[in-house]
Amino acid sequence: MSAPRVFVPADAAAVSVDADEVAAAFDAAGMAVVRNGSRGMLWLEPLVEVEADAGRVGFANVTPEQVGDLVQVVARGSQSDLLDHPGCIGIVDDHPWLTSQRRVSFARVGIVDPASVSDYEAHGGWAGLRRALSLTPAAVVQEVTDSGLRGRGGAGFPAGIKWQTVHDAVSDLKFVACNFDEGDSGTFADRMVVEGDPFTLVEGMTIAAHAVGASEGYVYVRSEYPHAIAALRRAIDAAYTHGYLGADILGSGLSFDLHVRVGAGAYICGEESSMLESLEGRRGEVRAKPPIPALKGLWGRPTAVNNVLTLCAVPMILSSTVDGGPGWQRYAELGTGRSRGTQVFQLAGNVQQGGIVELPFGVSLRELVEEYGGGTLSGRPVRAAQVGGPLGAYVPATGFDVAMDYEALAEAGAMLGHGGIVVFDDTVDMARMARFAMEFCSIESCGKCTPCRVGAVRGVETLDRIIAGHDVTTDLVLLDDLCETMTKGSLCAMGGLTPMPVQSAIRHFPEDFEGAAV
Amino acid sequence: MTTASATDRVTLVRAIATQHLAERGPLMPVLHGVMEELGHIAREDVEAVADVLNLSVAEVHGVVSFYTDFRTEPPPAHAVALCRGEACQSVGAERLYDETRARAADLGEGVEVHEVFCLGNCALGPSGTLDGRLHGRLSRERLDTLTERWR
Repeated sequence: MSAPRVFVPADAAAVSVDADEVAAAFDAAGMAVVRNGSRGMLWLEPLVEVEADAGRVGFANVTPEQVGDLVQVVARGSQSDLLDHPGCIGIVDDHPWLTSQRRVSFARVGIVDPASVSDYEAHGGWAGLRRALSLTPAAVVQEVTDSGLRGRGGAGFPAGIKWQTVHDAVSDLKFVACNFDEGDSGTFADRMVVEGDPFTLVEGMTIAAHAVGASEGYVYVRSEYPHAIAALRRAIDAAYTHGYLGADILGSGLSFDLHVRVGAGAYICGEESSMLESLEGRRGEVRAKPPIPALKGLWGRPTAVNNVLTLCAVPMILSSTVDGGPGWQRYAELGTGRSRGTQVFQLAGNVQQGGIVELPFGVSLRELVEEYGGGTLSGRPVRAAQVGGPLGAYVPATGFDVAMDYEALAEAGAMLGHGGIVVFDDTVDMARMARFAMEFCSIESCGKCTPCRVGAVRGVETLDRIIAGHDVTTDLVLLDDLCETMTKGSLCAMGGLTPMPVQSAIRHFPEDFEGAAV
Repeated sequence: MTTASATDRVTLVRAIATQHLAERGPLMPVLHGVMEELGHIAREDVEAVADVLNLSVAEVHGVVSFYTDFRTEPPPAHAVALCRGEACQSVGAERLYDETRARAADLGEGVEVHEVFCLGNCALGPSGTLDGRLHGRLSRERLDTLTERWR
């Protein structure tokens, strides 16, 4: 038997804890190394996997110094020796953290070689595109609508309705734009899916192009993600080489060109109209709506703007399942109420076991934080979690029974956003976190509308006075009024939702706002 | 990164801008190109880019000043960027950031410490980059070790 392959993730999180050095050490020892994506069990990174008869055997938190020992065990060729080696977590596919999940968008992440077109195909890739190209654009739009897929960027707008609008718009030039400006703290699913399985995004965007009648696509990716940019560019080049992009894709007559554009450190460019401005080469200032981008988007043309995870769900929806059933139906069977399919939750912050948990909608926040997350990293009691990024609400530990779907969270005064969950222990000062929400808004506001530009600065000042403890009661009333102005008067979600973390912190943790001087 | 005399610099910037002329909305790729080649975007670069792309100097300047990545001063000898996002704050990033800024000079000559909001490494915080390379689980001690070669 030839020497077994060794998998060392090239995912940015793994690289941040020296996966590159580990990979180099295996390489120097003459092993065949595959740089896969991460399985999403980030607390185990670098998680090295060695091929064996029973499956891929995992080794957690491998350091470059440990590689020599591992190489020797691998060379002995005994599976039981591998499984007995220190740091071994067993067969990775059998790990309970993974087996209890329902991986749809992340089905291939960590498993395939993200640089290999053929590996992608061997794991079910391009099946959705092939089938989509055999259908009329209208039929593709219908299947996306019937799947119940909603935008994963945060707003949760039905993807099929958006596509229908672009499909119906009359224009000789239309665009597909992918919002990969994943700037919310606590979210990294877009990054991980692109680094670990980039062809899925290429396939999803090509299907979208066929469905809406677009000939050009743009991926707007933040500059903070150099690993993802490299993985995506490599995948796009390979897709062109193999006929999945460019002219007459797979002989279908569809022509579609895909470009990568890099942001430059502005959080606001994750707001879709700012992103369009930035793509056109301008300051990332929010556009007033209407007109909606589906009718007048990039360069005034009809544009389907979707988040990475939305587009990455599309290939599965368009493909046939193993038993021959339609993918859209299988997708729609998952989830609850009007939240169909799966959601990729991201466990982050002060959490023991951080990473990717993909499950049908409806799981409780408690199960995510306590069961999957294993509580706090510090070992102290959990006090709060911020759900849905910097513009999302703080949920107290007593409210963790809330079901994680769009409607249930909205009812609880929170929002799902992009599915990020940031855990805090009992040392967190919620007045400081509320102040930070305003500070962040004051730094990242595009400046176009007054409630956001000025409101955030006044919000910081007011919270500074509250923290200092002067006349707290009056300032809390003032802050509430300011929050209402920002919520109702801002052009976009930046100013409009910054009050959400502020007001949820005050509502659930009033004791932190009593002022230091009291 | 290249160091260039004033005339070379203008020639280089014009060449970068010309390379992207056929693209839709070329300004951002051009500015990234200038950053990559020259490390910062100087006043004369703005004028050259505006001229090649047929934009006003004000328009180009407006874009340069909007985005954090586009610096108008030469880059420091070494750059430390520490994440101040909520996830990193929950594991002590604010303290690390304040403390590191205060002792920037101790880390080496010409070390610049600045904030960044989210590097997408939110389960392994505090996160940061050292001269562009991502690191997780940062602490005062780990920063000392990682910057040893700067001193």
